[in-house]
Amino acid sequence: MTTQVKHVDEVTIRFAGDSGDGMQLTGTRFTETTAIAGNDLKTLPDYPAEIRAPAGTLGGVSAFQLMFGSKTVFTSGDAPDVLVAMNPAALKVHLKELVKGGVILANADAFSDKNLKLAGWESNPLEDDSLSSYTLYSVQMTKLVNLALAESGLAPKSIDRTKNMFALGILFWMYNRDPEPTFRWLKEKFSKAPVLAEGNITAIKAGYNYGDITRIFNTSYRVERAEIPKGKYKSVTGNEATAYGLVAAAKKAGKEIFLGSYPITPASEILHTMSKLKNFGVKTFQAEDEIAGITSAIGASFAGDLACTTTSGPGLALKSEAIGLALITELPLVIVNVQRGGPSTGLPTKTEQSDLLQALYGRNGDGEVPVIAASTPSDCFYAAYEASRMAVKYMTPVILLTDGYLGNGSEPWKIPSVDELDDFEISHPKAEDFSEDVKFQPYKRDEVTLARPWAIPGTKGLEHRIGGLEKVDVSGDVSYEPMNHQVMTHLRVDKVAGMTREIPQTEIFGEAKAKLLVLGWGGTFGAIHVGVDRAQQKGYSVSQIHLRWVNPLPADLGDIFKNFDEILIPELNMGQLSKIIRMNFLRDVIQLNKVQGLPFKGSEIETKIYSILDKK
Amino acid sequence: MSDKNAIKVEPVALTRKDFVPGNEVRWCPGCGDYSVLAQVQKMFPEMGIKREDFAVISGIGCSSRFPYYMDTYGFHTIHGRATAIASGVKLANPALSVWVVTGDGDGFSIGGNHMIHLLRRNIDINVLLFNNRIYGLTKGQYSPTSLPGAKTKSSPFGSIDNPFIPASVAFGAEASFIARAIDVDVKNMQDVLMESHQHKGTSFVEIYQNCVIFNDGAFADVSNKKTRPDHALFVKHGEPMVFGADQNKGIIIDGSHPKVVDIGKEYPIERILVHDKTNPLITNLLLQMTLDNHFPTPFGVLRQVDKPTYDEGLISQIDAAKEKLGEGGLEELLALGDVWEV
Ligand code: SF4
Repeated sequence: MTTQVKHVDEVTIRFAGDSGDGMQLTGTRFTETTAIAGNDLKTLPDYPAEIRAPAGTLGGVSAFQLMFGSKTVFTSGDAPDVLVAMNPAALKVHLKELVKGGVILANADAFSDKNLKLAGWESNPLEDDSLSSYTLYSVQMTKLVNLALAESGLAPKSIDRTKNMFALGILFWMYNRDPEPTFRWLKEKFSKAPVLAEGNITAIKAGYNYGDITRIFNTSYRVERAEIPKGKYKSVTGNEATAYGLVAAAKKAGKEIFLGSYPITPASEILHTMSKLKNFGVKTFQAEDEIAGITSAIGASFAGDLACTTTSGPGLALKSEAIGLALITELPLVIVNVQRGGPSTGLPTKTEQSDLLQALYGRNGDGEVPVIAASTPSDCFYAAYEASRMAVKYMTPVILLTDGYLGNGSEPWKIPSVDELDDFEISHPKAEDFSEDVKFQPYKRDEVTLARPWAIPGTKGLEHRIGGLEKVDVSGDVSYEPMNHQVMTHLRVDKVAGMTREIPQTEIFGEAKAKLLVLGWGGTFGAIHVGVDRAQQKGYSVSQIHLRWVNPLPADLGDIFKNFDEILIPELNMGQLSKIIRMNFLRDVIQLNKVQGLPFKGSEIETKIYSILDKK
Repeated sequence: MSDKNAIKVEPVALTRKDFVPGNEVRWCPGCGDYSVLAQVQKMFPEMGIKREDFAVISGIGCSSRFPYYMDTYGFHTIHGRATAIASGVKLANPALSVWVVTGDGDGFSIGGNHMIHLLRRNIDINVLLFNNRIYGLTKGQYSPTSLPGAKTKSSPFGSIDNPFIPASVAFGAEASFIARAIDVDVKNMQDVLMESHQHKGTSFVEIYQNCVIFNDGAFADVSNKKTRPDHALFVKHGEPMVFGADQNKGIIIDGSHPKVVDIGKEYPIERILVHDKTNPLITNLLLQMTLDNHFPTPFGVLRQVDKPTYDEGLISQIDAAKEKLGEGGLEELLALGDVWEV
């Protein structure tokens, strides 16, 4: 059989296998290689909450999807074109999503009677012709790595484990990828066990050569380089980008940074990433619980560090009371919530826009806190940077919402230069600024921002007390006076409301006046963009707005809304932004709500747009 | 460790007055808190630390109003979290002398978790635990240190809770410094405060404090000047455990148990147990005597050992990483990882 070379614009591949099969690693290596090859891409890891669910079961299937292409890629792809299935359970779980005619690359050796039974197959789908509407490549990967590594000196178990690298080798061949960067990476990763490094490299080579020599594959693909702006790039996940954004803010401001955090899925990688940055002076404190995570950060903020805490939904709930403390003491603090499926423990490893209302309202009292949301993995960098800047400028806690899809997903990121980052200057009051006549007053506000001064312990002459009790404006003394509470409540609300001055003019993708506006926030940006873009290309009158600031909302939003007949709000929740928009603008909206622990597909948005506009 | 990360101790020309902010103190007349406040205001100027380098952090409760009455940097926080907040203060600025003021409810009920973790981490913070065995600010419910049978507003038939002995919890949490004082004994409290300041690591000071309103006389036998000598044992490192109005009683080890004896022919002073604050067996023995009517209640520094502190560990890891990899700036941060050029 001869192999033809096919040129395609974009491809979606899903790697699926048992939790122990190393699918996340395989996917990540393919991603890195693809990014370096100059394609744009987005990824979506999808793994079970259990570290090792029983082998071979449907519950134990772990998957990693990426879409890459020669154009800008906005999502991790709707349905996979290629499914790598390392066992029968993986095939069972993911087959229904594979596009018709798509490619299945299966490890035939894993399709034993026992595994087939565990996964609920009545007969072996690789042999019974039931997959005839797909292009099936059934390869005895386990056997082949055993042959290739017979002389390697590796234990039989370790040899079996390299089958994922064999699959990776086949894909490298299929998509014409240079395996060299992965070889380098393996050598570094296993620098203390060169036998393992060599074994894995041999497995990749064996897979690559298998593709090249056996010619069982009738097609190999070329995905040309994407037209992306010149510059330096690196691949980041949203969680990494968040960590870098926080530390970059501290560096730009000349501050030390303190992270108080308690491990929680899917936010822990922010803690991991920052813990590595010791030579950047980053202080990370793994607290005893969520409450200590945020309260230690509040203490660090009082003492003058740029302070932050990171968590996910249930953790934000535990931090509620402390957010109120940061709010009333008017201390800068960044609270990052990498949202996951709720309520309660919910779906720890799955994404959801679960906590917008919690972020906005989850406190006792009139607890206005600015809330901003990141829209892509690399945007987490800028959102975290912005959150830090705003926290300090306005002396307030700021909640940054990302989600599991952004946090774990990755994309190539064009690294900004130092000058491209917004200025971030911090000034602390000093003893010299005051005298007998002009006394230091801890709650004397900036006239524009209403921020109070950030006087830090250790500064001579500015000793003062703060706390959770209501304050008198200016002096900061404790007060239970009725009118004082009225004044202070207004001041706190006005301070946040005034932050609209920081929000740039709202960008509209599409016409400023159209039949339909699709309004989103946070991690749904890519899918909404794809849906709107496709509809626009078909001539539909539809535009997109995506919110970074959810509290306060941009000041121009009300006027913009007037130019649209209908507003569609797709959300990965039951309609939390929809509530906010209805309440603030007294205007009805159409909802599209998905709560399956999965991100939107571009096609879901597209279909909804058609169903609205075709009716008209 | 660089200077900016160490508490600066040098002669300072400060007096008690410098620490009195001049606002009205609002505890009930006769409350034991007044005495503790007075001793702290007296001892701070003697510690050789500049006023601006003190930070007093509290939670919620009667005693937690303390920061408002100290003219230092202060933070009156939320219920139970003072120890966690103080941890952040100290780690952000290790040059500060950080003092936590908390109570039996704040520190051992709602804040119990943060308390034990602070103690095991051994962050260089001083904790003053005001133990009045009652909830004062919420008007008289039993606390985790109330004795069994205590009749309070929420235990009208007597408390069926088994109490904590705070100093024992501290011991179980691997505290490196454990001391006990009582509001009415000024001299002992001053000594304990000074030693607490001098100790590197978390200093845990339990202070018996009388709540005149809701639990008056909770510590009567040791607070009453007449009965105190026979009911209180003030220990000093390296000295025999002697007590009694005539200093005629002592503690010995009889087999594997402590025993109170009259010092004399049968039990000469040489046989009396000598306090060793570094010996965990001795500390434990003293702690076990606390609620046992056969023994006096021990006061003073019950335990003091030198252990690595978390704050020094954190700073030295950062220093070592900077030394090895060079200090990272913004440029280096952005260039981290596998970077490729398009
Ligand atoms: S209620 Fe008790 S502890 Fe509180 S101030 Fe009054 S006497 Fe002191």
